[in-house]
Amino acid sequence: MNVPAWNPAVEFMEREALEQRQLAQLRQTVAQALKTPFYQRRLAAVGLTDSKDIASLGDLRHLPYTTKDDLREAYPYGMLAVNLEQAVRLHTSSGTTGTPTVVYHTRRDLDGWTELVARCIVATGATAHDVFQNMTNYGLFTGGLGLHYGAERVGMLVIPASSGNTSRQIQLMRNFRTTVVHATPSYLLHLHAALTLEGVGLDQLRLQKAFIGAEPHSEQTRCKIEDLFQIKAYNSYGLSEMNGPGVAFECVYQTGLHLWEDAYLLEIIDPRSLQPCAEEENGEIVLTTLQRQATPLLRYRTRDLSHLVGGHCRCGRSHRRLARIKGRSDDMLIINGVNIFPSQIEEVLMKVPEVSTNYLIQVEKRGAMDRLAVKTEIDARLFTGNPRALDDLRERISELLRSAILVKPAVELHEPGSLPVSEGKAKRVVDLRPVF
Amino acid sequence: MAEQLSVFIDNRPGRLNAVTGILRDQQINIRAMTIADHRDFGVAKLLVSDPALAQQALAEHGFAVALQPVLAVAIEDRPGGLHDLLEILAAHQINVLDAYGFVVAPSRQAIWCMTIADLAEATRLMTEQGLRVLKDRDLYAL
Ligand SMILES: [Zn+2]
Repeated sequence: MNVPAWNPAVEFMEREALEQRQLAQLRQTVAQALKTPFYQRRLAAVGLTDSKDIASLGDLRHLPYTTKDDLREAYPYGMLAVNLEQAVRLHTSSGTTGTPTVVYHTRRDLDGWTELVARCIVATGATAHDVFQNMTNYGLFTGGLGLHYGAERVGMLVIPASSGNTSRQIQLMRNFRTTVVHATPSYLLHLHAALTLEGVGLDQLRLQKAFIGAEPHSEQTRCKIEDLFQIKAYNSYGLSEMNGPGVAFECVYQTGLHLWEDAYLLEIIDPRSLQPCAEEENGEIVLTTLQRQATPLLRYRTRDLSHLVGGHCRCGRSHRRLARIKGRSDDMLIINGVNIFPSQIEEVLMKVPEVSTNYLIQVEKRGAMDRLAVKTEIDARLFTGNPRALDDLRERISELLRSAILVKPAVELHEPGSLPVSEGKAKRVVDLRPVF
Repeated sequence: MAEQLSVFIDNRPGRLNAVTGILRDQQINIRAMTIADHRDFGVAKLLVSDPALAQQALAEHGFAVALQPVLAVAIEDRPGGLHDLLEILAAHQINVLDAYGFVVAPSRQAIWCMTIADLAEATRLMTEQGLRVLKDRDLYAL
């Protein structure tokens, strides 16, 4: 076997053995969960009071889902399964809505997390010979510390640069001949612009790889980063509720992200019906922790959308692969039974120069049918004064959208600057349908 | 050649008077105005006393605005006055894409404005037939 691997015994484990291990670990996780006030109540409601009642992996289906709201309600101690003296660290996130969530770690939890990150790093071909500059935020955010400990375990020379201060990042990269960086895709694009501005050529750097994560990004963005820096960029997936980075990662073949199935039990469900998705169908990722002591989570709804990549990876790992994250299930709209994401609409509008990328999606009920309207702004610079050209433009956008999302929306054109400006998570969707 | 101002306006209360307010603030007079309704928006066409200044002021306020040449012809305000003009165009197979008219001196003079693909040819014909084609400054001297 010439594929680099940190823990070959686990990473190439036969599926049958892997599933046996999952079942044993699931029982332990349920036993651990039953120590928390939250799960005692939640599991008693479905008649589960003893982890021995879990007879097979299929029994997972009988367990209730856990949501981010559950984590918020249980804050700060409702989901803590160990005595506080056993907990050695916590990571808390305030989120955008205000109420925080918290995940505690025992020493063994941290050790397990570090092991998973080490596997991710080595799967990309990085080794102890590499110099690793960690450009993500250290602190309560899990990206910095997560990769830090994994990289140290692999034996890389770690530069805990943290995020920001681009001139300093460049200086560190040059002085210490950084070969691998970890950053968000948008920061890497910014970094490249800064390199150009400071007149630092790629020949003055030794960069070979980037680990990119914490932001959903397209294959185009990855290719762009690889092109700009003449490196390989590997997609990283994680979320703070599941430790952080180290949940799934691309191997050298870059064909989907191997999810470490000895640590996480994976389900992909239809976010509407909550039923399992068919093989390779798009849906919401649901994860159950299999190794965590302090904060066990059962069937946690990540809200992240993806699908399984079929077939076997050339690397030979038995752990299945997720496709890159498509978006958040919170953003998903169902129009006359068709799943639509605002990002798909944005992509189409980006290709039409006569309109800006500011848009608003409005859904209404017209009789039994949903009516989708896409409102966008015209670009003042390309306005000719010809009303017929505007009618043609509206029709052209409508047709482009129909081929992209399979629903033909009513396209509306509006004055420049009349729609809400895009600021991070600007509200793009107005759903006026009555709630049943 | 006279120029007409085209302004893109959202089809909702308060937008049209945003346009007229900006023109008033610039002391610009409106000679004629028409609006075509396109459901979610309208395109207003205006003949104003200072088209270039109006364009600049509206653009500064974020409006999508364009200046287009238009054929403005003085005709007599009497039965058959417009018909005589249109007969000339029809006889030469010239198509009128868009048009509007207004009276400047009741029972004496009216102005007919047209958007035409070949403006030069139409202008030549009008002049040849003894009709007066107005420039911007003629329109406001009326
Ligand atoms: Zn692989």
